[in-house]
Amino acid sequence: MSQKPIELIVMRQLASTLAMPIFLVDADGTLVFYNEPAERVLGKRFEETGEMPPSEWSTLWQPMEADGRPLAPERLPLMIAFSDRKPAHGEFWIQSLDGARRQIRATAFPLIRLTDEVVGAVVIFWETAP
Amino acid sequence: MKVRLWGTRGSVAAPGPDTARYGGNTSCVEVRGPEGTVLVLDAGTGIRALGKSLGATVKRIDVLLTHLHMDHLQGLGFFAPLYDRDVETHLWGPASTTLDLRARLMRYLSPPLFPVHLRDLPRLVVHDLPAGPFEVGEFRILADRICHPGFTVGYRVATSTATLAYLSDHEPALGVPRFPMEADWTSGYALARDVDLLVHDAQYSLREYPDHVGWGHSAIDHALAFAQLARVKHLVTFHHDPAHDDDEIDRLTHEATARAGVSCTVTAAAEGAVFEIGQEAPHG
Repeated sequence: MSQKPIELIVMRQLASTLAMPIFLVDADGTLVFYNEPAERVLGKRFEETGEMPPSEWSTLWQPMEADGRPLAPERLPLMIAFSDRKPAHGEFWIQSLDGARRQIRATAFPLIRLTDEVVGAVVIFWETAP
Repeated sequence: MKVRLWGTRGSVAAPGPDTARYGGNTSCVEVRGPEGTVLVLDAGTGIRALGKSLGATVKRIDVLLTHLHMDHLQGLGFFAPLYDRDVETHLWGPASTTLDLRARLMRYLSPPLFPVHLRDLPRLVVHDLPAGPFEVGEFRILADRICHPGFTVGYRVATSTATLAYLSDHEPALGVPRFPMEADWTSGYALARDVDLLVHDAQYSLREYPDHVGWGHSAIDHALAFAQLARVKHLVTFHHDPAHDDDEIDRLTHEATARAGVSCTVTAAAEGAVFEIGQEAPHG
């Protein structure tokens, strides 16, 4: 079994101790972790969803505009942070896996290591209209 | 591969009759390969005596620094080969985000902290650690960042028949509710996996650890659990707390080992101890 980069490990450890919802992807964009506060917003425990590729997680929660039109995956702040290597912010709606429709405000940033490699990205998000 | 411990203490040197068996010098480990290549892991105060012990036949020495905390660097200026024009010393260690290793070292090896300038050392070559594996003589070396404050690495050193991992300062249990986690989420796992000999931080007792969370060190129990997870053959608990005398290290090691029930051999690091791993004939 391979080991994840230390930056991801430490980020997960930090996320595990914080009360803000945090969602973490690796260098391939694969979802590798979200914390307990995120579980409440996303409607399912991470142990139940597990790791998943970007093609899957970017549509699983059906991100959408306020009028209900689907939000293209490449417009998600996490995808922008990952692809453009810079912080990104956005507001959108999701269909939580507990059945609720939730408005989300999200700020994402890439994890760039000393060797200038992107080893992953993080998004911190809040529910703005519970 | 022959591994000799020259300094086993963490944080600050702790000489005296109460620490005579395990030793009072700070981190320094000599590694000799079957073809005679000499590696030195860290430059704590133990490196002074190591420098005196090297024979005139040694013409190249590679010193691998895990990080630049003083207990891993303080002996460097007293390493006699640095001043010997017949010996080439290569110094390897982590750069920071903004400074290369040479610039980082100059903060210590220059007045007013030290009387000799780095630039005045005759045959010193300084290398920022590469991102991937590299070779020194018959050794294949991998350095990787591990969980400890600042820019800190651990090392995996291999020959064709032996593997050593050196994680002198390491807190893989930081922020983990139940240690160990899965292997792929554990800092240092890739370095230590299946090694013959693991030299690992074991500074605190389990009772002391909660007062030192985030300081970058492990409880002995954490080192044992990490060794079990990584399936190492022999664990050497290292970086003893300066407040622990010989009897306390005996007691804490015995208690933690009994609790853990690990399958590997466990030895508390003692200054002067030698470990021979692999099938090569020992040198020196």
